[in-house]
Amino acid sequence: MAEQKEKPRKVGAMGMVPYEMALGPTWTKFFEGFKEKKILGTKCKKCGRVLVPARPFCPRCFEPMEEWVEVAQEGTIVTWSYVNYTYFGVTPDMIPVIGAIIKLDGVDCGTGMSTQIGGLDIKDFELVTKKVKVGARVKAVWRRKRQGNFRDIDYWKIIE
Amino acid sequence: MGRAVAVIGTGQTKHGRRDDLSYPDLVREAVKKVFEDAGITPKDVDGVVYGSMPSMMEGMAYNHFYFADALRVVGKPLLRTETCGSTGQSVAHTAIHWIASGMADVVLAVASEKEHEGDAQATMMTILEPFLMVTIGGAPVAFSLQSREWMGYYHIDDDKAREAASIVSVDSHDGGLKNPLAHIRVKLTKEDVSKAPIITYPVRLYDVCPTSDGACAVIFASEEKAKKICKKPAWVKGIGFRGEEYFIGDSNKAVWQSTIEASKEAYKEAGITNPLKELDVAEVYNPFSYQELMFLECLGLCPPGEAPDYVIKGTFSPGGELPCDPSGGVLCTNPIGAAGLIRVAEAALQVTGKAGEHQVEGAKLALSHAMGGAEQFNGITILGSEL
Ligand SMILES: [Zn+2]
Repeated sequence: MAEQKEKPRKVGAMGMVPYEMALGPTWTKFFEGFKEKKILGTKCKKCGRVLVPARPFCPRCFEPMEEWVEVAQEGTIVTWSYVNYTYFGVTPDMIPVIGAIIKLDGVDCGTGMSTQIGGLDIKDFELVTKKVKVGARVKAVWRRKRQGNFRDIDYWKIIE
Repeated sequence: MGRAVAVIGTGQTKHGRRDDLSYPDLVREAVKKVFEDAGITPKDVDGVVYGSMPSMMEGMAYNHFYFADALRVVGKPLLRTETCGSTGQSVAHTAIHWIASGMADVVLAVASEKEHEGDAQATMMTILEPFLMVTIGGAPVAFSLQSREWMGYYHIDDDKAREAASIVSVDSHDGGLKNPLAHIRVKLTKEDVSKAPIITYPVRLYDVCPTSDGACAVIFASEEKAKKICKKPAWVKGIGFRGEEYFIGDSNKAVWQSTIEASKEAYKEAGITNPLKELDVAEVYNPFSYQELMFLECLGLCPPGEAPDYVIKGTFSPGGELPCDPSGGVLCTNPIGAAGLIRVAEAALQVTGKAGEHQVEGAKLALSHAMGGAEQFNGITILGSEL
């Protein structure tokens, strides 16, 4: 190609699509539980596992999971990470935050939904590494106003 | 596996920030190179396989429409395959299956990403449904959580894991310096890596792959065609791919079953019983240095929980028993959709002695690997210099 004096430029584009996604009966009931500060799991009659979030069917047995169980709001940290960078939709005032996977007592899986660790000075990294550990005990702290979605659990507090 | 299959040519773009080219031009750069390398023309190709990340990252729903001309697919069958980060391996496997089945003799496999046109983390946040598996932190947090789970499960000391991850990062970046096509080409010290700003603890800046633009093309052929066309083909010795259930917490990700089972399948097919001894080089998918530690174990290259020890004693470093990612790996170059196919191309370059400055001397058997999804998929392709 012959030399060209213009620097190759870019053109702006944007795609935005609203969705209406069906929760189905199981996840509807699960989130209704949140409104009443309840964490609900479902139990598989074949393998006996209790899973949270509740499942319409057992991922392993493929059987419907129709038995509802209200589970503990305390558990242990399976893993955690200290998020300290900004990315799409996250501004510097929104970090740091701590994400975690928590195994609730009596539940047969780890839960990674709505599982931010809070209730301590997260900006103090030394403090965080002292208190937040794999195996540490945590307890759910609910928002005062709940709307039946994943935001209803405000954070998980470390039990000293 | 069906009929024997070989790689008869590879082509990669210069990876990096490629605002200088439109996306079809970028794809064409890799496709042009692969035809030159293989010494054939599009007329010789029976079909094309293409893959990238999902439409959110591409700016259009079906980028293979946009690339039809750049892919030289007009008048030919096209298969599109995508599995997130493991897309490149899936694209290679689609081509391999196509030929092994006897339905095609020569297949062009292409994968690409132009991450600077969109927002990679915004896309990563749309990989999962938006109401159940709502995690914070995008892709880095998903894989940092996995690394921390691995450290917790095996009671691996923070400092020891940190040292090993730093070695992985330094080695990869040294590889990048020797690879003219790599995106990030800087000399780092262990201290640079271990003192870098925290991104998603324990992961720090140089433990994380860059945002890259790049494309990769590989031509696969049947035994008969490969022997006719190519002086030195890289033979497909074994492949393996495994997927896992959707919810991240449902299984222990420190002992990552999809990596373990996919590699076992590939080793079995390749007749490999001791991968650490038998493999000469491995292109392990390493977007995060901590994750590579876990992969080394799950790929059966060292005992569970002992990857830091092996890394610290230099087993996987240049000149070690099994050098990993001499190309610089994903830590230096991460056009996501293409990254898994780049691993295949690099493995082919190694076993055919064409890797240039980052050649592992005398490499005859190479593993390539990629993972994808929310800790959900793993794909392996093993290439060798002998049929
Ligand atoms: Zn079951």
